[in-house]
Amino acid sequence: MTTLEFSHVTKRYKIRGAGELLALDDVSFTLTSGRTIALVGQSGSGKSTIAKILTQLEHATSGDILLDGKQIPHRGSALRRYRQQVRMVFQDPFASLNPYHTIRHHVERPLRLDKVVPKDEVDAEVARLLEHVRLDPDIAERRPHELSGGQRQRVAIARALASRPSLLIADEPVSMLDVSIRLGVLNLLADLQRENNLGVLYITHDLATARHFSDEIMVLHHGVVVERGPSDDVILDPQHPYTRSLRDASPNPEIHFSGTGPAAAPSRS
Amino acid sequence: MRFFLRRTAFYLFTAWAAITINFFLPRMLKGDPVNAYLAKNQGRVSPEAADSLRILFGLNTDKSLWQQYVEYWGLLLHGDLGLSFSKGLAPVTEVIAAGLPWTIGLVGIATILSFFLGTSLGAVIGWRRGSRADAIVPVATFLSTVPYFWMALIAIAVFSVSLGWFPASHAYSKGVVPNWSWDFVGDVIHHGTLPALTIVVASLGGWILGMRNMMMTVLDEDYVTVAQAKGLSPRRVLTHYASRNAVLPQLSSFALSLGFIVGGTLVMELVFSYPGVGKQLLDATNAKDYPLMQGLFLVITLAVLVANILADVAHAALDPRTRMTEA
Amino acid sequence: MTSTTSPATSEDSTTDPATPDPAPPSRPAKTKRSKAGSAFAMFRNGKSLTGLIILGFFTLVAIFGDVLAPYEPRAQDPEAYGAQAPSMAHLLGTTNMGEDILSQLIYGTRGVLVVGFLSGIIAMIVAVLVGVTAGYVAGWKSESLSAITNVFLVLPALPLMIIVASNYESPSLFLIAAVLALTGWAWGARVLRAQTMSLRNRDFVQAARANGEKLYRIITVEMLPNLTAIIASSFVGTVTAAVLGLTTLAFIGIIPITNLNWGTILFWAQQNGAFPDAWWWYIPAGLCIALLGMALSLINFGIDEYVNPRLRSAGERARAMRKKGYKASSGVTTVANRPDLHGSTPGAPGSSVIAELHEDPLETEAEDEETISTGWPRRSS
Repeated sequence: MTTLEFSHVTKRYKIRGAGELLALDDVSFTLTSGRTIALVGQSGSGKSTIAKILTQLEHATSGDILLDGKQIPHRGSALRRYRQQVRMVFQDPFASLNPYHTIRHHVERPLRLDKVVPKDEVDAEVARLLEHVRLDPDIAERRPHELSGGQRQRVAIARALASRPSLLIADEPVSMLDVSIRLGVLNLLADLQRENNLGVLYITHDLATARHFSDEIMVLHHGVVVERGPSDDVILDPQHPYTRSLRDASPNPEIHFSGTGPAAAPSRS
Repeated sequence: MRFFLRRTAFYLFTAWAAITINFFLPRMLKGDPVNAYLAKNQGRVSPEAADSLRILFGLNTDKSLWQQYVEYWGLLLHGDLGLSFSKGLAPVTEVIAAGLPWTIGLVGIATILSFFLGTSLGAVIGWRRGSRADAIVPVATFLSTVPYFWMALIAIAVFSVSLGWFPASHAYSKGVVPNWSWDFVGDVIHHGTLPALTIVVASLGGWILGMRNMMMTVLDEDYVTVAQAKGLSPRRVLTHYASRNAVLPQLSSFALSLGFIVGGTLVMELVFSYPGVGKQLLDATNAKDYPLMQGLFLVITLAVLVANILADVAHAALDPRTRMTEA
Repeated sequence: MTSTTSPATSEDSTTDPATPDPAPPSRPAKTKRSKAGSAFAMFRNGKSLTGLIILGFFTLVAIFGDVLAPYEPRAQDPEAYGAQAPSMAHLLGTTNMGEDILSQLIYGTRGVLVVGFLSGIIAMIVAVLVGVTAGYVAGWKSESLSAITNVFLVLPALPLMIIVASNYESPSLFLIAAVLALTGWAWGARVLRAQTMSLRNRDFVQAARANGEKLYRIITVEMLPNLTAIIASSFVGTVTAAVLGLTTLAFIGIIPITNLNWGTILFWAQQNGAFPDAWWWYIPAGLCIALLGMALSLINFGIDEYVNPRLRSAGERARAMRKKGYKASSGVTTVANRPDLHGSTPGAPGSSVIAELHEDPLETEAEDEETISTGWPRRSS
C-alpha cells in the first residue's frame, strides 16, 4: 500500500516581462494505491502543473510532497526509485511517442533503465506488457505512425506500467482520441487499476468520465481546489457554483435545443 | 517594447564584438609591416600619425593589452582609423568615404531590385503550382549555383567585348571629373548597368525559389481557403493574404544573406574594376595596407549590421506577432 | 466501480477486433535493413537521386583522377602552346602555356571536393555542438550561445576569409577548410537551435525525462534521430557555400596555386587574357562549379520535400486536379465546377471528389512524416 501526499503545494511561474503566474494555490490531496482520484478542471486550471510536479518535471514553489511519509527526493538513486513508483500517461498519443523509434524501444527503455527483469527476459516482458494492454505483441516492431491513436495510447500505458509502479498519473488520457474509442481505453485503465492495485490520478476536463472511472473527484479552478468529495456526491449534488456550471455545461442528449422534449427542465439555462 | 530592447541589446553586442575582433585581427597577422613601413618612411609620417598607427596595430608593447584596447576605442570614437599606406598616407576614413557611395549605390539598387523581382516571380510561380510556370524552377536553381564571378566575366565577354553595348569596367569614363551634370549621371548609369544586371540575375534564383517554397506552404493554410471561400478574387488572395505571410521569412533570409551579398560585391568590383569598398579591400590586401584593411573590415561589418537592423525593423513592422511575443 | 461497458469492449482479445479502433493497413515487420533504409528515405525521390548521381560522378572523377587524366595538369606541351582550341590530342584545349585543360579540370575536382567536404564536416560538428546544446539548455546559457552564433552570422564571410587567408603563405588544405568552416557554421547552428528548442518541448522528450533517462541519452538517442533531416540539409548547404567560397577565393588569387581547383583554372584564365576568345579555357570550369552546386541544391530540394511534404504533394495534387478540369488555385469551387455533378446535393459528390483526390497512398504517410522533423503537426484524426 503506497501513499502519496500532496500537501499545501503552491507553484508560481515567472513570466518574462509580465510578473508571475500563480498556477497552484495551496493544493492538497492524498493518492493511495487501489483508489482513483479524478482531477477535473478546464484548460489553465493547473491540472497539468500538478502532473508535472508529481513526475518531477517541475518543482513546487512551496509545500510538501511525501511518498509514504518521506519527502520526495530530487536527485540520485532515490529519485530513480521514486520515478519507478510514479508514472505518467500523457495526453497526446501522437506526441508522446518518439516517431523515430519502434514500439519495442518505447516499452523496453523503462525495463532496462529500472532493471525490472533480467536482460534475457526483456523481450518476453515486452510481449507480456503489450498483451496486458490488449495489443498484439507483433506490434512491437512497428513505429508510432503506423498505429492508430487508440493503439498509441495503449502503448503509452504499457510504457508507464513497465516499471511496475504503484501510482499512475493519467493526464487527460482520452481527450485526443476519437470519441468512439475513449470508452475502450478508459475501461482498460480501470481494469489495469484493479489488477495491479494502482493508485490513479485521473486528470480530465470531462465530468462524465470522471464519475465513471473514479472514487473521488477534485474540482480545480484557477489553481484552487473548489470542491472535493465522493464522485457521486460531487456530480449529483455539486455545491460550488463552478462545479455546477461544469455539470450544466454537459449537454443532456434527451433535451432538444428548443427546450422541449421529455427531460426538459424549466430551470436550466 | 521588450522585443526592441532585446534586439537593440543584441545589435550593440554584435557591434562591440565586431570592433573587438577588428582590434585583434592585425595582432594575429604575421610580420610587422607597420613598423617596417614606419622605419622606411620616417620623415614623412607625423609623430601623431605614427602614434595612432601604433595604437591601431598594437605596436605599443610597453602598454598592457587592456590599455591598448581602451586607446583603440578612443581612436575610433574620434573617427581616426589611421593612414592608408597605399593611398599616399591619406586618412583611411577619407579613402573609405570615397568608395562607399559607389558600393552602396550599385549594390543597394541591384539587390532591392532583385529582391522585389524575385519575390514577385516566386509568389506567382508558387501560386500557379503544378502549371508550366514550374519550368522556371530548374532555371532558377541553376542561376543560384552559378559562380558569380564566372557569370560576370562571360557577361563582359558577350555584352562588352563582343557586342560593345556596355563598358567593361570602372564607374565612369576615364578622364571625367565627377560632377552632378546629367551627362555624368548618364555615364555612371551606362557603366553601372552591366554590373547591376549581373548582380540581379545572379541573386534572382535564390529569391524566386525561397518565395515559391514559402508560398506553397502558406497556400495550404486554412485562412487562405477561407479567403477563397469568401469569394475574394484570386488576385486579392494572392497579394493581401498569401504574399504578406509568405514574405516574412523572405525578409529574414534577406537579412541573413546580407553577409553573402557583401562577398558578391567584392567579386563584382574586382571583375568590373568598380571603385567601391570591395575593390579597395582587395587592393589593400594585395598591397599589405593594413590600416586600410582594418578600416574597411570594420566599415563593411558595421554596414551589414545596419542593414540587418533595417531588415529587422521591416519584419517587425509587417508582422504584428513579432511585436507581441518574445523573440 | 460497476462495469457498465458494452459487450464489445470487454473481451480480452489480443488484437481487440471488436472495438471500433481502426488501424491502418498492416505492413510487414521492419527488419534492421529497412530501419536503415528509412533513415535514407529522404534521398529517395527524383530530385535527390539526380543530385546524388551527379555528385557521385564528380566523386569518382576525384578518386580516379590519376587514371582518368591524360596528362599531368601542369605539364606543358610545346606543340600546344598559345591556348589552342579543343583537338583530338587535347579534348578541352590548352592554356597559353600548353597545359591540358581537361587534365586540370580532373585534378581540380579533387581540390574542390576534398576542401568542400572537409569544411562541411568541420562546420557541421561545430554547428551541432553549439546549436543542439543551445536548444536544449535554457535561459542565459542558451541566449549567450545564440548571441555568439548571431555574431558570426553577421560578420561578412568573404572579407574575413580574405584577411585571414592572406596572412599565410602556403596554407594547408585543412587550414583552408577551417577558414571556410569558420564563416559557415553559424547558419546551421541557428537552424538546429530552433529545431531543438521545438523538439525539447515535445511530449516524448518529457516522457523520457520522466522515465529518468540520462541527458546524453535524451539528446543522442531521442532527439538527434529526429534532427537528421535538418542536419543533412544543413550539411549540404554548408558544402555548397564552401565550394563556392573556395573557388571564389582561388579566383581572387588569395589561395595559393598549390591547391589546384576549378577556381584556380579561372584565375589563370583571367590573368592570361583568355576572355573572351579562349572559351574552352573558362567555360568548362565555370560549368563544373555550377553543375556541382546544382547537384548539391537538388539533394537539398529532395530533403526539403521529404521534410515538408506540402511541397512534394502540392504540385502533384494540382496537376491531378487540372487533369480533371479544375484550377489548382481556386480550391473551393471544385465541387461546383464539375459539370457532371450539376443538380446534385453538395454532400455526396463532394465526398467522392475528396476520396479521389486522396487516393494518393503517399498522402497518409506524408502527414505523419511531417511530424517527424518539422514540428508542423498535421493530425490525421
